[in-house]
Amino acid sequence: MAVHPKEQRLILKYADEPGYTPHIDSYMEHGGYDMLKKAVTMEPQAIMDEVKKSTLRGRGGAGFPCGLKWSFVDRKSGKPIYLVCNCDESEPGTFKDRQIVHKDPHQLIEGIMISCFANNVAKAFIYIREEMPYGAKILDQAILEAKEKNFVGDNVLGSGYSCDIVVHRGAAAYICGEETGLIESLEGKRANPRIKPPYFPAVLGLYNCPTIVNNVETLCNAVHILDMGAEEFTKIGRPNNAGTRIWCVSGGVQRPGYYEVAGLTLGELVYDICGGPLPGRSIKAIIPGGSSMKILKNGERYKGKNPDGTDYNWGLEDIPLDYDGIAAAGSMSGSGGMMVLDDTVSIPAALANLMAFYSHESCGQCTPCREGSLWLKKITSRMVHGEARPEDVDLMLDVAGQIAGRTICAFGFAVAWPVQSYIAKFEDEFRKYAAHLSDPNADRQAIKELACNG
Amino acid sequence: MDLKPETLAEIEAAIPKYPEAQSAVMPLLHAIQKDQGAISNEAAEWVAEKLGIAPINVLSVVTFYPFFRQHKIGKRHIRVCRTLSCAMAGGAKVCDKMLQEFETELNAVSADGEVTIEFAECLASCGSAPVMLVDEDLHENLTVEKAKEICDKIKAEAKA
Repeated sequence: MAVHPKEQRLILKYADEPGYTPHIDSYMEHGGYDMLKKAVTMEPQAIMDEVKKSTLRGRGGAGFPCGLKWSFVDRKSGKPIYLVCNCDESEPGTFKDRQIVHKDPHQLIEGIMISCFANNVAKAFIYIREEMPYGAKILDQAILEAKEKNFVGDNVLGSGYSCDIVVHRGAAAYICGEETGLIESLEGKRANPRIKPPYFPAVLGLYNCPTIVNNVETLCNAVHILDMGAEEFTKIGRPNNAGTRIWCVSGGVQRPGYYEVAGLTLGELVYDICGGPLPGRSIKAIIPGGSSMKILKNGERYKGKNPDGTDYNWGLEDIPLDYDGIAAAGSMSGSGGMMVLDDTVSIPAALANLMAFYSHESCGQCTPCREGSLWLKKITSRMVHGEARPEDVDLMLDVAGQIAGRTICAFGFAVAWPVQSYIAKFEDEFRKYAAHLSDPNADRQAIKELACNG
Repeated sequence: MDLKPETLAEIEAAIPKYPEAQSAVMPLLHAIQKDQGAISNEAAEWVAEKLGIAPINVLSVVTFYPFFRQHKIGKRHIRVCRTLSCAMAGGAKVCDKMLQEFETELNAVSADGEVTIEFAECLASCGSAPVMLVDEDLHENLTVEKAKEICDKIKAEAKA
C-alpha cells in the first residue's frame, strides 16, 4: 500500500496494508508462493535467463547485475553451491530490508527459494544483523510455516528438489555486510574480508564452495520478475535501472521514511514525497546512498554527456533517482539510504560523526584502514571540539588518500569518500575550523551533539 | 558449565544446521551470553570443546564482535543509536537523559546494577530517528520526554 501517490510499490505492495501480517496465510491470500509453484515446473536455466534478461541490479550497494553474478557461479566443481541472503543491513541511512523482513518475510523466502532452485542450491543462509532480534524470530517462524506447506525443505512441492534455509544472527559488526566478510563470519570466524582473487564468492565462497550472496531486496525481485516476465520488468524505470527501488530517507525532511519508486528524480522524492525541508530551513546537502557515498551539494550543477551524446546539466533536484543518474552526478545510489542535511548541519561535525562510525567498524585487517580511520576520527574529533590545527584539512586529505584503493575490501573507499567529497565541496567550512581552532560562530553544544563521538 | 536446559537444547539444535561445526560458534555464543550474561574463559573453552576447535578460535570471535562481551553488564542493555541520522534528530540528548535518570556513565553498570547504557552504531531505523534498543525492543522517534517515560518504566519493572 503506497503512502504517496508517486510511489510505485512492487516489493512493499502489501506490507503496510491494514490487516496484513507476516503470517503465511496473509501472503498466500495475496498470491504468495504461486511463483515458486511455477518455478519448480520450469527449467532452472530458464529462470536464470529470465533474471539475466530483466537486467536486475543488486540492491545492496554495488549495483552489480544479478543475472551476471549468478552466471559466474562455478557449476563444474562438483562442490555444493550455497546461497546467502545478505540481511546485515548496517549501512547508516538504510532501513529497507527491515520493512521486508518484519512485514512480509514470506516474500523474501519465496525469492530465496526461486533463486536457489534456479541455481541448484541445496542450502541457503539468511545472515541477519544482531540488532534486529525480532526480524530473526519472524524469519525463523516464517521458515517453519513454509516447511509445513512444503515450500521449503525436502522435495519442495513434490518436485524432487530439496533446499533448507538457516537463519544466522550476526553480532553487531558492520563489516559483515561486505560479502566475503559475511562468509568468514558465517564460517565462525572474525569477519575479515577476503582478498579477490582468488576468493570470488562465485568460485571460492562459503567453505570454499561456489556461493551466491544477494541482498534481501534483490532476492524479492526474483518473485516479481517471474510473475511479470523480464520484458515487463525492464519497462519499470529507465533502461539499465530496471525495477523499483526502496529509498530510505532520513534527516532534514518533513516526512522521512521508506518509499518505493521508479523513474523519478531526486527532487520528486525529497520535495514532493518527503515534503522538502522543515519549515524555515533549506537543504544544504544530500548523502544519496548510505553514509559511505560521496556527498551532493545543493546549488552545484552536474554536467556531462548522456550515452546518446546529448548534454545534461542538472541541479541537485534534477538528478535521476537511479544507479546511472546518481553515478552521473559523481556519487552512487549504494543501498538507497538517503540522508538529507539541512542548513543547521555543520559538515565537519557530520563528518566527525561518520569517522567515529568507520573507525569503530574497521575490521583492523589492513593497516591503511585500521590506522587511517582512527586518525581521521581523532582529527575530525579535535576539530569539532575546539582543538583544530592549521594543517588538519590537508592532513585529512593525505590520510584519506592513503586508504582509498589500498585495502582488501571496499571499506577503504567508504572511509575515504566522505572525507574527500566533504572537503572538496565544503572546504571553506573545514578551513574555518582549522584556522581558528574551531568555527568561532558555531554553537559548540550543538556541534558536540551532532558529532556524538564522546 | 552450568547452562539452563533450554540453552543446552538451543545449542544442540544449532550445531546440525551447519555443514561445518565451526559455523555454530556465533549461535552458541549468543545462547551462552543470553544464559550467563557474558562469555567467560570457561565458556569459550566449553564451546571450543563442543565444536572440536581450539579455544583461541572461539576467543578471537568473542573479541571481534561488539555484541559479545567478557564482562557482565546491567540487567537491562540499553543501546542508543549515535550515527548521523539519529544524531541529527537529537540522539545525544536522549542518551544524556538516560544517563542522568540512572545516575550512571556510558558503558558502565549503574550503581543499582539495573542498566548499562551504551551508544550503538546505526540501528537501521533512520526514518524514525532517534532510536534506541532496550534489550530486544526498539524505541523510535524518541524525545527527552519519551526517554524519561522509558526510564520510569524500567525502574518500575525493576521494583516489581
